[in-house]
Amino acid sequence: MTSIGKKQKSLKSDTFEGVDFYQLDELFTEEQKLIRESIRSFVKKEISPYIESWAQESYFPSSIVKIMGDQGIFGPQIPKNYGGGGLDYTAYGLMMQELERGDSGMRSTASVQGSLVMYPIYAFGSEEQKSSLLPRLASGEILGCFGLTEPNHGSNPSGMTTNFKDMGDHYLLNGAKMWISNAPQADLAVVWAKNEEGRIHGLLVERGMEGFSTPETHNKWSLRASCTGELVFDEVKVPKKNLLPGKSGLGAPLMCLDSARFGISWGAVGAAMDCYETAKNYALERIQFGKSIASFQLTQKKLSEMLTEITKSQLLNWRLGKLMEEGKATTAQISMAKRNNVAMALQVAREARQILGGMGITGEYSIMRHMMNLESVVTYEGTHDIHLLILGQEITGISAFS
Amino acid sequence: MKILVCITHVPDTTSRIQFTDNNTKFDKTGVQFVIGPYDDYALARAVELRDQTGGKLTVLNVGEAETDPTLRKALAIGADEAIRINAYPKDSYFVAQQIARVAQEGAYDLILMGRESSDYNGGMVHGMVGEMMGLPSISPVMRLDIEGNTAKLSREIEGGKEELEVSLPLVAGCQEPIAEWKIPNMRGIMSARSKPLTVKEADAYDVHASIVSYALPPAKGAVKLFDKDQMEELVKLLKNEANVL
Repeated sequence: MTSIGKKQKSLKSDTFEGVDFYQLDELFTEEQKLIRESIRSFVKKEISPYIESWAQESYFPSSIVKIMGDQGIFGPQIPKNYGGGGLDYTAYGLMMQELERGDSGMRSTASVQGSLVMYPIYAFGSEEQKSSLLPRLASGEILGCFGLTEPNHGSNPSGMTTNFKDMGDHYLLNGAKMWISNAPQADLAVVWAKNEEGRIHGLLVERGMEGFSTPETHNKWSLRASCTGELVFDEVKVPKKNLLPGKSGLGAPLMCLDSARFGISWGAVGAAMDCYETAKNYALERIQFGKSIASFQLTQKKLSEMLTEITKSQLLNWRLGKLMEEGKATTAQISMAKRNNVAMALQVAREARQILGGMGITGEYSIMRHMMNLESVVTYEGTHDIHLLILGQEITGISAFS
Repeated sequence: MKILVCITHVPDTTSRIQFTDNNTKFDKTGVQFVIGPYDDYALARAVELRDQTGGKLTVLNVGEAETDPTLRKALAIGADEAIRINAYPKDSYFVAQQIARVAQEGAYDLILMGRESSDYNGGMVHGMVGEMMGLPSISPVMRLDIEGNTAKLSREIEGGKEELEVSLPLVAGCQEPIAEWKIPNMRGIMSARSKPLTVKEADAYDVHASIVSYALPPAKGAVKLFDKDQMEELVKLLKNEANVL
């Protein structure tokens, strides 16, 4: 048993090698490839041997937070002087790809900590907030979560009702957030709420503040190895120094989502690659009618289409990474990649599941777990349909949802 | 303490091996290269010993420019500096001579490497380096602790294990479970950017061996099962077909 000894270790070894049909490796730097290999090794050592057991038992291994922190998984794109990695966006994308190749829930934990907690503190926080919180978040000493979605405001976050009043020496926060990854275990929440003028601001709410609770969302069929919950604020006194001073308005949380959605675009390709490779290996070994099922045209069609779609998504990601690094990526471009790649991964998972037949529904293979995870990923961080409408607005100049 | 770890740059153990030019050249197309797995154990233990005792950890490879990423990975894992002897590693004797020269110049207390490389699996370099330098050379080392000027080692011997105490300096060929492989973290990868990687030209030495041609091992045959009353048939096939009796 390694560092996470609590659950049963799988006897199957993880032999994942990666998918690179268009020799995209030639476009990555040696350092980016080393980062990818390191996270791949990390996943094989710390996640793959346990993930089926964690997911089956709906268990979030809280000790993984510190282990991820030691590996440098949190906030790789945050500068080094705040404890981040100081890496480029392509490297960040490759890390998310490898993590989600292991499990979308594990990648979600990292996305939330890096893009939705560390990023807003880095981009909108005071120097004191940055220097006191970012190194602790980067190392995994504390876990964060991000509160934007509400029970009645999902795709329409501007309608949020969570609010705070200026009480002179503190703010008084009331409201509730829902579908919050990491919430039940989080030490810190970045919460978006309206002030008395209806302007959206970010507040840092800490575990232990009176009136703040984080009930867990049980019985999920998806992201079972990651914890999800609510954030409930009942007359919570928030010190004034906990307001993020750098930016207000809906644009602030949406900027965080751009960074997270970029990571999801890469992560989804990781899940798809795992399903493809599993299905390919299974098809070559499984004998029916006296020969391997990989001999049959319909299996070859499925595998060919999977490889084609994965390759297209990889190219989309690579270019988007370059645009991010040059500061040129638009929200609509990120929407296109997130929407396309998650839907692609879900389709690949379903096709792969068919190749495995009955075996595909068991915990012996990763496919059904990926498929169920992706059913969350396809609607969180902007639903499949909302991203379509963001693109529609980009094309026509007309918003279909406001 | 000064530690030198010699690493090889070898195809990943899952690579598909193919040859070109009438089976005289190894085909590198699509092959991913890694630190030799046994060398990786030596490096992992060296990082631990360096952290315990202080001092400096140098990593060395005999190879052409293509091996730089492998050295950079060793720096990301924890080595302080890297040296590359700029030459194709023609045979074990040639490599041992290059290592011995650098090791002599650097006056290292410990010279570690894998018990063998995982490409040609010669397993000779550590012995040769020890001989060339007049130092004790021990392999395969499965445990290595340092107390003052003494190394305490365990190594595998035929049918058992041998416990040794040897004065430094020494040469060791290492294998598991001497340490657990280390995965470079992002901090290590970033700091590897600025660590020195020095390229030294190779001394000219005679090459004693050259590759005439390569051949792949025969493909695995299908498994044949025999009932317990078919012993004669089994013995006949083991004799005539498998040629093992």
